[in-house]
Amino acid sequence: MKSYNIFISGVGGQGIGLLAEVLIQSCLAAGYAVLGVDTHGLAQRGGIVVSHLRIGNKDKLFTPRITPGEADLIVGLERLEAYRGIVNYMRDGGTCIYYDAEQQPIHVRMGLSQYPSHEELEKAVAERHGKVERVFIEDLPDVRMQNTAVLGRIASFELVEGLTGDIIREQLLEISPSSAKDANLKVFEQASAARA
Amino acid sequence: MSKFADNMIRKDAWTGLMMGNHALVRAMLESGVMVCSAYPGSPTPEIAAAIEIIPEEQRPIHFEWATNEKVATETAFGASINGHLSVVFFKSVGLNVALDTAVQLSMLDCIGGMVVVIGDDPGANSSQNEQDNRHVGRLMMMPIFEPGSPSETYSMFLEAAELSKKLKMPVLFRMTTHVCHARELIEFGAIPDFDYDWTPRFHAEGLEYWPITTAVFPLKRKAFAKLSAVEKHALSSPSNKVLSPNGSEPENGKRLGVITHSIPAYSVLECMDESGSSIDVLKLGITFPLNPEQIVSFLNEHDEVFILEELDRILEHEIKAIAFDNHVKTKILVRPDIEHLMHEFVPARVWDLLSGFWPDCFAPKPQRAEAAEEVSPRLAQMCPGCGHRSAFFAIRELIDEEFPDAITVADIGCHSLGSMKPYEMGTVLLCMGHSNGTAGGLAIGNDKRKVVCFIGDSTFFHAGLPGIINNVLYDRNVTLVVLENYTTAMTGHQPHAASGEIGDKIKIPEVLEALGVKFLRSVDAYMQDKLKDHIRDSMNHKGFGVVIAKHPCMLKFIRDKRKRAEATKRAESVNR
Ligand SMILES: Cc1ncc(C[n+]2csc(CCOP(=O)(O)OP(=O)(O)O)c2C)c(N)n1
Ligand code: SF4
Repeated sequence: MKSYNIFISGVGGQGIGLLAEVLIQSCLAAGYAVLGVDTHGLAQRGGIVVSHLRIGNKDKLFTPRITPGEADLIVGLERLEAYRGIVNYMRDGGTCIYYDAEQQPIHVRMGLSQYPSHEELEKAVAERHGKVERVFIEDLPDVRMQNTAVLGRIASFELVEGLTGDIIREQLLEISPSSAKDANLKVFEQASAARA
Repeated sequence: MSKFADNMIRKDAWTGLMMGNHALVRAMLESGVMVCSAYPGSPTPEIAAAIEIIPEEQRPIHFEWATNEKVATETAFGASINGHLSVVFFKSVGLNVALDTAVQLSMLDCIGGMVVVIGDDPGANSSQNEQDNRHVGRLMMMPIFEPGSPSETYSMFLEAAELSKKLKMPVLFRMTTHVCHARELIEFGAIPDFDYDWTPRFHAEGLEYWPITTAVFPLKRKAFAKLSAVEKHALSSPSNKVLSPNGSEPENGKRLGVITHSIPAYSVLECMDESGSSIDVLKLGITFPLNPEQIVSFLNEHDEVFILEELDRILEHEIKAIAFDNHVKTKILVRPDIEHLMHEFVPARVWDLLSGFWPDCFAPKPQRAEAAEEVSPRLAQMCPGCGHRSAFFAIRELIDEEFPDAITVADIGCHSLGSMKPYEMGTVLLCMGHSNGTAGGLAIGNDKRKVVCFIGDSTFFHAGLPGIINNVLYDRNVTLVVLENYTTAMTGHQPHAASGEIGDKIKIPEVLEALGVKFLRSVDAYMQDKLKDHIRDSMNHKGFGVVIAKHPCMLKFIRDKRKRAEATKRAESVNR
C-alpha cells in the first residue's frame, strides 16, 4: 500500500503529543508499520507544534516527514493551524478533522494579518476537493480535552482499513492517566456521536 | 513506576515504539553506561527526561546537569579515565563551548569508554545556526557515527560504545534534530548483568595524561593509530552498508551509485522506491574516518556516483581526494548549488537533485504551485504572565521616553523573544553569554549612546560570568539586566546553580557583590515603576550597573502547582 499520511498541528500546550501517541499506537495495533516525527521549535510559548505520522507497509516507509501537498488527513487542534495544515500539506481529495478553537497569534492581534473563519477553511478544503469535519463541544469540561474530542471524531470514521473506533478508544484509555480516564471517555464518545 | 520507565529498564529483549532520544537511553543502559552529564539544548533534552523518569534506586546511570557543555564534557572524561563508561550530551553549538576540552580527549586513554552525543540541527529548527559538526569531529580526531533513524540510534550507539571501550577513545555520536525526534518501532536487546564497578581505576605511569609541548607528539601518534583502527573497523561495520533495493542492473547502460549518510540516505531510498530505478546506495554510518578501500571499490563498481550529504562539502572533498589518489575513473557528481549547502534533505529535494543528474530514472516533477491562500504567521511568544514580558514592557517605555538612541543587546533564552514585536528589545544576538562582552565593546569610546544588555540566570553561570567580570574590571558604561526566573526555561525548565534544585543555591546578587559590582539593584519584574527607576539610575550612573529583574517562570510555576494538586488528589484517593 502507498503510505497514509497524517499531519497533526496545533499550538504548544494543546496536547498534540498525546493525540499523536494514541494515533501511533492505534495504527500499530491495527497492524500497520508507522513512522512519526514531531517538530517543535519553542512549544511552550504559543508556537506551532506539528506531528507527522506515516503509516503503511514496513518496506514502503522510509522517512517520517510528509511531503507538502501529500497529507491524506489533516488533524488540527486550532483553526488557524488547521488552515495552515490544509494550505501547505493537504493532498487533493484529503480530509481535515479539526477542533474549532481559536488562539490568535500576535500578528492577528496587532492587526497585521487575518484570522481565518470556518467558511474560509471550508473554502480552502473545497479548492482541494477535500472533506472537512468541524469538532466543537459546547460544554467541554476542560480545554485540555480538545485533543480527546478530535480523537473521538477520528474514531467515528474508519479512515484506513482496520483503524476502528474500538482500537482508538482502547489506546486512549491505555495512555490516559487513571484520574482522567472517565472524563476522557465521555468526551470521546460525545465527539464520536456528534459526527455530522 | 510508569510503563515507560518499566520498559526502559526491562532486563529482557523487547520491541516497542520510541523516539530517537529515548532509544539512545535504552542503548546506554544496554551498554552499561555509568555516568552521564549534559547541558540542556534542543534537540537533546528528552534524553535527560528518559533517564530521569527511571526511579533513582533503579537507575544504574549517574546523571547530572552541568554548568555548561565544557564542564559536562570534563565530567564525563573524568569518569571515563576512572574506568566508567560515560556519555556527555548537548546541542550542536554546545560543542563550541566544550571544544577547548573536547579537542584534547582523543590523545588520552579514556579507559572506560566515552561517547560524546551531539544534536546537530540542519535546518536551524531550534538553533542560532546550522553548523556542521562533522568538521569538528575531524578537528578533535574523534570517529563520527551518524545514525539516520531511531533504530539506528539504538544499534549504532551499542557499536560506538563498544568501539570506544575497546580503543579507549572518545567517539562523536552525531544525531540530528529529526533523528532525535523521529519515532519508530525498535527491537531492543536485553540488558546484561553488569557489575557496575565503581572502583576508581585512574592510573598514570608518566605523562600520558599530560599533553604539553613535546609530550604532545607521542600522544598524537597514539590518536592517529586509534583512528586507523577505526578505519579498519569501518570496512566490516554493519553501519556502513551497500543497499540495492531494486537490484543493481545498469540504467541505460550506466551503473549508478549514491554515497550518502544519515537522513538523506532514507530520502534517496524513498525516491528510489517511487521511481523503481536500480541504483546502489553506499550508506555510511561511520563518516569519519572513511575507509579508502570501501570507497574505491564502490566507486569502481559504478560509472557515475552522486555524493549526497547534508550541509557542508565534507564527504565530497574527502571522497574526491580518495578517488584522485587511487586513479578512479568514475564520474563523481556533487550538489551543484550553494542552496544545497543549507537545510535538510527531505525526499522532494533529493528527487530534484537526482532528476537533475539522471532524468531518465527520476522524471523532473513540476514545482508545487504556491497556495493562493495567505496564512497569518504565528511567532513564538513569551507566555502570559511571564516576568520577562513585564520587564521588557517597562524598559521599552523608559527607553522610548528618555533614551531613544540606546543600544540594546539580547542574549539567548526565552527573553530572546523580546527582540520581536511588540517589545523589540535586544537587537543584536550571537550566542549564549555574549551580551556582556558585546555590550562592553559597544561602550568603548561611546559617550553618546547608552548600552543595555540582558542575560538569563542559567546563562549567567553558563557563559555569562567572564563577560560580567570584564565589565566590572573595566567599569564599562553598560547596564546589565539579569532576567532571573529560577530555571533554564527555554529548553524545558532544567535546574541550574541558582534554581535551588541542586545543592545549595548560589545566589546571583551575592556573586555580583563578591565580584565588586558597585551599582546593584534587584526588584520583582512585575514592579514596573520601580524597575524603571532602577534602570534609569543605572543608565545615568557612570560605569557598570546591574539590575536584577526577578520573577519565577510562570509556565513552570503553573505546571508545578498542577502537578502538586494531582499528587494530592492521588494521595487522597489512596487514603480513602
Ligand atoms: C551553547 C548553547 N548551549 C545551549 C543552548 C540552548 N539554550 C538556549 S537558551 C538556553 C538557556 C536559557 O536559560 P536562561 O538563561 O535561564 O533563560 P530563560 O530561558 O530561563 O529565560 C539554552 C540552554 C544554546 N543556545 N547554546
Ligand atoms: S517558559 Fe517561563 S520564562 Fe519562558 S516565556 Fe514562559 S513564563 Fe516566560
